[in-house]
Amino acid sequence: MRDKLPPEPPGSEVTPEKLYLRRRELIKNAGLFAGTAAVVGGGLYLLGLKRTQPMDGFVPDAGAVAQPVVPARGAFDTAEPRTSYEDITTYNNFYEFGLDKNDPARRAHTLKTRPWTVVVDGEVHQPRTVDVDQLISSFPLEERVYRMRCVEAWSMVIPWLGIPLGKLLEQVQPTSFAKYVAFTTLEDPEQMPGQKSPVLDWPYVEGLRLDEALHPLTLLATGLYGKQLPAQNGAPLRLVVPWKYGFKGIKSIVRITLTREQPRTTWNLANGREYGFYANVNPEVDHPRWSQASERRIGDSGRRPTLPFNGYAEQVADLYRGMDLKRDF
Amino acid sequence: MASKQPWLNPAVAVGGLAPLAQLAVQGAQGQLGANGIEFALNQTGLFALAMLLASLACTPVRLVSGWTWPARIRRTLGLLAFTYAGAHFLTYAVLDQGVDVRAMVEDVVTRPFITVGFTAFVLLVPLAVTSTNRQVRRLGFPKWQRLHRLAYVAAVLGVVHFVWRVKKDVTEPALYGAVLALLLAVRVGEAVRKRRALAAAQRTA
Repeated sequence: MRDKLPPEPPGSEVTPEKLYLRRRELIKNAGLFAGTAAVVGGGLYLLGLKRTQPMDGFVPDAGAVAQPVVPARGAFDTAEPRTSYEDITTYNNFYEFGLDKNDPARRAHTLKTRPWTVVVDGEVHQPRTVDVDQLISSFPLEERVYRMRCVEAWSMVIPWLGIPLGKLLEQVQPTSFAKYVAFTTLEDPEQMPGQKSPVLDWPYVEGLRLDEALHPLTLLATGLYGKQLPAQNGAPLRLVVPWKYGFKGIKSIVRITLTREQPRTTWNLANGREYGFYANVNPEVDHPRWSQASERRIGDSGRRPTLPFNGYAEQVADLYRGMDLKRDF
Repeated sequence: MASKQPWLNPAVAVGGLAPLAQLAVQGAQGQLGANGIEFALNQTGLFALAMLLASLACTPVRLVSGWTWPARIRRTLGLLAFTYAGAHFLTYAVLDQGVDVRAMVEDVVTRPFITVGFTAFVLLVPLAVTSTNRQVRRLGFPKWQRLHRLAYVAAVLGVVHFVWRVKKDVTEPALYGAVLALLLAVRVGEAVRKRRALAAAQRTA
């Protein structure tokens, strides 16, 4: 048995009577405060969730390339710092997998990139229907470090692997009627769930004039950073035309058709006022809604001036001699 | 206004500012993804419009439900909208354009997409300035109320800015536009009802 009570707490720790009497109200109010703040903050969080959300350290798995690679030679390659593999593979426009920039990286795993057949036909003497691996292995694979300028005014530097398109076209022997090349993406809403919504007229179609297609800069890319192309970047085969806006670089190609007439291309059909057939990078011709005079290099802060033909004017300006590039934009 | 719910406005302010604080912290650490500036622009713009619509929803919700608490948080919501619109503008002016005044003036003058967004922000400035009780008294309530109808104009411009921003799929901005149209419809309906009631009262008098 104890005689003494435990010591009383000091007076400074005693709750004032006024607050003691209101303790239930205070606790209730604190709860309501926290609950309301959570509802407001959580509501905004949910509204913002659909927008381009950064990906947390996600790097997709892409296999090694089976054949030897001709390293970048310098003539067409830029020595500018390369955009990180993570940024190149998680920040993509590929509406077949959704409209947000990170949708392709999260969702493109549904695309079955092997086996994959590519048809080369139209105005050619030697039409081909060929397995993509066979196609790739019949040419030396080259590395090309190109600038990529999106029509949305951002840019990257990407070390591609691929085959110059001209080499494939030489092989199929265009007829004298061939003036253009049309490219078509796979159409399969099961593999490309974005095609279930009619945001664009599926399948995606792009096109080049034959002389543009034959230009040594024009590449059929099969890989990047020395690895196989991840699905979100357009595996197994995509077009890269570094002096044009990125949307010309059609992804996951199943058909290459040489034509007499200018192909009706997807973005041009969707909004011809904003997206021309040529879509050459041109700081002088603004997009109706934003300036094309400058761009944001992914990974940099601030903006840099955009160069005519994305800095490839020396190589390609001759293709457009005599043309009014403000009209034929 | 020492109300029966002293926690209400502080809670709305804290909850409403939390995403801005998160953006600032993540942005400073470079954790906003490949194109952090675009991400910050998208988020602040969206939250500005959402808060503006929420503030405009207060009166219609009160009219329809009879609750009084929406009227008490209207000012806080409006100031949150202004805060996000300001953050949106500053992200554009400082981080995106690098305070290149010439480029920004050209943007505002020649690009309708930016003209409407900028106008919406400018319209919110006098509303934020006159948001205090003192200013309401100084202007007199009827005049203050007329001035603050500009919030609807700013919201319409905000929705147009959003529609013109997207490349192709306008579903999301259209949803915000539909909410705004609904809120306007409730207000117009209420005004018509009041006028009729007034006319009827005059006839019987």
